[in-house]
Amino acid sequence: MELKEKLLSSFLAFENQVDVEAYVHDVRTEAIKHFENHGFPSKKDEAWKYTSLNKILKEDYSVFAKDAEALEYKDVKKYFIHDIDSYKIVFVDGKYSSHLSETTHDGMDVCLMSAALTKPKYHVLIKNYFNQVAAKDESLASLNTAFSREGAFIHIPKSKLAQKPIQIIHFYTGNEAALMLQPRNLIIADENSHVQIIERHQSLTSNAVLTNSVTEIFANKRAIVDYYKVQNDEQNASLIDNTYINQKQQSNVSVHTFSFGGKLTRNNLNFYQNGERIDSTLKGVTIIGDKQHVDHNTLVHHIEPNCESHQDYKGIFGDSATGVFNGKVVVEKEAQKTNAFQANNNLLVNDKATINTKPQLEIFADDVKCSHGCTIGQLDESALFYLRSRGIPEKEARALLMYAFANNVLESVKIPELKKRINGLIADKLGVNIGFDL
Amino acid sequence: MLKIEDLHASVEDKSILRGINLEVKAGEVHAIMGPNGSGKSTLASVIAGKEDYEVEKGDIILDDENINELEADERAHKGVFLSFQYPVEIPGVTVTNFMKTAINETRKAKGLEEMPANEMLKMIREKSELLEIDRKFLSRSLNEGFSGGEKKRNEIFQMAMLEPKLAILDETDSGLDIDALRIVANGVNKLKSKDNATIVITHYQRLLDYIVPDYVHVLYNGRIVKSGGKELALELEAKGYDWIKEEANA
Repeated sequence: MELKEKLLSSFLAFENQVDVEAYVHDVRTEAIKHFENHGFPSKKDEAWKYTSLNKILKEDYSVFAKDAEALEYKDVKKYFIHDIDSYKIVFVDGKYSSHLSETTHDGMDVCLMSAALTKPKYHVLIKNYFNQVAAKDESLASLNTAFSREGAFIHIPKSKLAQKPIQIIHFYTGNEAALMLQPRNLIIADENSHVQIIERHQSLTSNAVLTNSVTEIFANKRAIVDYYKVQNDEQNASLIDNTYINQKQQSNVSVHTFSFGGKLTRNNLNFYQNGERIDSTLKGVTIIGDKQHVDHNTLVHHIEPNCESHQDYKGIFGDSATGVFNGKVVVEKEAQKTNAFQANNNLLVNDKATINTKPQLEIFADDVKCSHGCTIGQLDESALFYLRSRGIPEKEARALLMYAFANNVLESVKIPELKKRINGLIADKLGVNIGFDL
Repeated sequence: MLKIEDLHASVEDKSILRGINLEVKAGEVHAIMGPNGSGKSTLASVIAGKEDYEVEKGDIILDDENINELEADERAHKGVFLSFQYPVEIPGVTVTNFMKTAINETRKAKGLEEMPANEMLKMIREKSELLEIDRKFLSRSLNEGFSGGEKKRNEIFQMAMLEPKLAILDETDSGLDIDALRIVANGVNKLKSKDNATIVITHYQRLLDYIVPDYVHVLYNGRIVKSGGKELALELEAKGYDWIKEEANA
């Protein structure tokens, strides 16, 4: 059976399994209809021109996972940023793992989507926020909405500062030959609050996994949200990340995406600025090889005046890897004095590597500052000679230049331990150990 | 220490060095002068191992070992250092991290442990004082936005850190004002010992007032056409290069 048919036929069984209020039921039913009508995107869709899902959709994915054996913390510790105190919301094969997690209801909610969707005390929040910014006209987001049941639910109340970062980690055990996961996260940062979140998807085997995740983030007035996505998964793990951010006035949201692993990764990152003096930051470092594929599809929608957006994506592509950057900036007529910056710089370190980069600016206001630039290049030979003449061997010299190329994206990571970890992952990825902490 | 025998080198089939012979002994300072386009910078790059140049004939021998086939980093490990005429800007790598990498890779190649961090810091402090380099400078990206003088001082700082056997200074005086020139020359002089040697490549005699050579060679058309003592540099300063060209072409 094709995956689409399988999902459609599973939907009723899924709806019967979970007990939700009528509102969520209606949202889900609406969503599955949309998915039924539109199916998975194909290369005929403009937004999917350079990324084909055909291959990964051919796997015979289980839609419901069996219960996996519990994971021991010591076996998966390395996937956590474990040298700092943090809240943890951990899932194993899509199911909540209480013994790996550390949630809280003390002054804020760092807990589960399943609880938020079913418990009466969250009804108002769910009604006000759930599926309110996620696209209703995108079939993958709709598919996730239809099957939304589990994920992270984070609510930071007014003027609250989350003292510790929150780690959302999804493990996949390989208990199924192939598994499709649909995690759903909802993050609400109320007025003047501040929260830092790290998200990671980690397969523990070479069995196939396809994660179609949706994250909705609401940053209310003056809220600050820093979100970090660590994508360093196994070779048979694919991820479609759909993140939607609704910002209110003077809020500040940054999303950093570090893509080093996985088979196919698609990041649909959408910012909507609904207020004045909003700041949005989108940054990414992609370093891939083999036949890996990473696609960044970003949207910044400037709706009101006096807002800023900063996009900076760096990509390093080796072997037969493929990268895609499709960055869309829309500036509405009312959004005067917008300052929108976009840069996408790429290094191709192998003749067979490919990058497709496409900035898209749609500007309807006349008093704005919008700049964009994309470059595709190779390592500078004169810089290589300079480093080598100082005794740095070729491999290390190349790695140092690649690291330097990506470095300014790392500078804005605000959690030092995370920065250190990312540096380590980069050094690993480049296969070097160069004499200082990257 | 360094022996160059009948060295011919070309770039993209254009022959540039056409039979260089040069011997530099430990403790000596040699100046190589000559008009523009005579092959001075090519000679420096070829000794340092730049791959763009093809050595067609001849040998470069360092301490009785032929280094023709060695990579640039391997030559550096054996003690060759080139101070670049145009140091490359490398945004994203600080001067300090660059030096740490260079020193530790060199130690690794020699089978030594990495230099302990406190020792490294001490050395960085000492050598930066020698070149009158501000501490803040060391945490800046390598050469990025440096003035001409800062770049050259940074080159000599690297030389001080790496303690090469053979230092080749390629037009180190170009773009330097008189104060920077004095600092750079003072650094080079302090690093001089009976065990190392220096080749100073320059167009003008000015630098040689500060770094006094034992020998002066004049390069023209890819050959050394005249050699002498330090007085040759003064003669060139007074008379220009035309008489050399005439002699060579005669």
